[in-house]
Amino acid sequence: MTARKERLFQLAKSSNAWVWFLTPSLFGVIIFVCVPFLDVIRRSFLTAVTQEWTGLHNYQVIFQNQAFQLAVKNTLRFTSVCLPLLIGLGLFLAVQLSRLRKMQLIKSLFLFPMAMPAATVVLVWKMVFARQGFLNLFLNNLHLATQENAIDYMNTGAAFWVLVFSYVWKNLGYTIVLWLAGIFSIPTDILDAAKVDGANERQCFWRVVFPNLKGTLYTITVLSFLNSFKVFREAYLVAGSYPHESMYLLQHLFNNWFVNLELDKMAAAAVCVGTVLFLAILLLQRAWDRDGTA
Amino acid sequence: MRKIWLFLLGAFFITPVFLVLSGTVLSRYELQECLLPLITGADQFIGWKFFPQYPTFEHYLRVLFYTPQFFVVFWNSMKIVVLVLAGQLFLAVPAAWAFAVYRFRFRKVLFTLYVVLMLMPFQVTMLSNYLVLEELHLMNTHGAIIFPAVFSTFPVFLIYRGFCALPDSLIDAARVDGAGEWMIFWKIGLPLASNGILSAVVLNFLEYWNLMEQPLAFLEDQSLWPLSLYLPEIHLDQAGYSFVASVITLIPPVFVFLIGQEYLERGIAASALKE
Repeated sequence: MTARKERLFQLAKSSNAWVWFLTPSLFGVIIFVCVPFLDVIRRSFLTAVTQEWTGLHNYQVIFQNQAFQLAVKNTLRFTSVCLPLLIGLGLFLAVQLSRLRKMQLIKSLFLFPMAMPAATVVLVWKMVFARQGFLNLFLNNLHLATQENAIDYMNTGAAFWVLVFSYVWKNLGYTIVLWLAGIFSIPTDILDAAKVDGANERQCFWRVVFPNLKGTLYTITVLSFLNSFKVFREAYLVAGSYPHESMYLLQHLFNNWFVNLELDKMAAAAVCVGTVLFLAILLLQRAWDRDGTA
Repeated sequence: MRKIWLFLLGAFFITPVFLVLSGTVLSRYELQECLLPLITGADQFIGWKFFPQYPTFEHYLRVLFYTPQFFVVFWNSMKIVVLVLAGQLFLAVPAAWAFAVYRFRFRKVLFTLYVVLMLMPFQVTMLSNYLVLEELHLMNTHGAIIFPAVFSTFPVFLIYRGFCALPDSLIDAARVDGAGEWMIFWKIGLPLASNGILSAVVLNFLEYWNLMEQPLAFLEDQSLWPLSLYLPEIHLDQAGYSFVASVITLIPPVFVFLIGQEYLERGIAASALKE
C-alpha cells in the first residue's frame, strides 16, 4: 500500500458514518428475518402446541412423512430435469444470438415472458394443456392423437412436464442474458487470434469460448436452482393446493402445513431446506470471490 | 437463416399475449362457441379465432365501467408495489453505500448475510415472517406484504454493484477537500446510483406485481388481494371478463419492461458479473 493510500484508508476507517447509512436497513433485516429465524430454529426442537422440548423428534417426523418424501423427490426431479435443459438451451441460444449483428429485438422476445404475470399465463395454459385444448388439437391435426385417447395434461403425470415447460419458458430469457454477459466478457483478441489461426465457428466455441465460461456456468446453475422455487406460482394457479402427485413440490407442502398450522413440522423443514440452500449460496459466493471475470 | 429461426422461436414465446389480446375482442357468443368444451367437459376440441367475426369492446366496457371490484383489486396491487419499491430504495441506497464505501468490522459477514437472504426462497422464511407479523398484529393487512418486502436485500446488492464501479480516489479526494460523509453520499453517491436504482425498480416491479406466495399466506380477506390472486378466481364461463382483466394486469409490467429493458438486462447481468 502506498503512503497516500494508507492515509486515505485511515481517513475512511476513522469515519463511523457507515453506521448511519446501514442501520435502518440492518435493523429491519434483524427484526423481520434474523430474530424470527432463530425462533424458528428453536421451535424446530419443540412441540407445536405445548412448546415442550422434543429434541430431534420433529426432524424424525418430517423425514418419515410421506408428503415430505414425495415433495423432496419431486423437487429434486424437477430441478434435475429443468436445470440442464434451461442452462443448455440458454447457452445454445446465447451463442447463436451473439453471432447476430442485431440481436436486441430477438433477445426482447425471449425476455418478454418475465413481464407476463403468472395469473395471465395460467389462463393460456388452461386453454393449451386441457384435454380438449390446443396442444391436443394440434396433435390431432398431425394424426398423433385422437379425440378418444387425448391426454389431460393437467391431471396426469404429464402435469410435471407442463411445469417444466412453464419454467423454461419463463426463465430462458433471463438465462440467455446471463450467458451473453459471460460470452461478451471474453476478451475479443483471444477469439480473433483463434480465427486468424483458421479455427472455424465450432472450434472457436469449444476451444475458446466454452472454457472461458466455467465461472458463468457455475453462477447460472446456482441462480437457476434458487429461481426454480418460484415455479410454485404457476403450479399453484394451474392446479391448486393439491395438484397431481407428480408435481407436488416442497412449496406446496410448506403452504399446506402453513394453512393447517403444523408449525413444528414447518420449522424443522424450513431449517433443513434453509441449510441446504445456504450451502449452495456459499458455494456461489466462493465462485464470485475466486473468479473476478465471470 | 439463423436470424429467421431465432426470430420464429422468439415469436413463439410471446404467442400467449396474442391469444389473450384476441380473446378480449371476441364477442360473448364467439367465446362461448370456442370454449364450450372446456366449460361443459364435452369430448370436443376447443377452437379459436385470432380475428373475430364481430369484434366488440363489450368486455372492456364491462370491466371498466360496471365492475368496481376490479378497481379495488387493481389499486391493491398498485399500492403494494409502489410502497414496496419506495421503501426499498429509501433503505437500500444508503445501505449499499455503506457496504461499498466503508471498511468496517463484520462488513464481510454482514454482506454475506445480505446475499444469503436475497437468494433464499420465500418458503424458507415463510414461518419466520409469519411469527413477526403475528407479533406485530399485521396479519391480514397490506402491511404483512409490504414490511417484509421493504427489507428485501436484493436492491441493496444491485445498487452496491453500481457503487463499486466508483473509484476510491474520487471519494478520497472529496474527503481531503473537507466534504462531510453525508455530502459525499448526496453529491457523488446518489447520482451514480441511478443505474442500480433503475435496475432494482424494473426487476422488482415485475416481481412484486406478480407476487403470489405472500398474499396467499398472509391475506385472508379477499378485498385485500392483489390482481395476481384475483384473476385466477374468475371462472372460465366469464372468459371475456377474464381476458380483459388479464390484459389490464399485463399493461403495467409490459410498460415497465419496454421502457426499462436496458436496466432489466443490466440488473440480471449484475448477479453474474463481478465488475
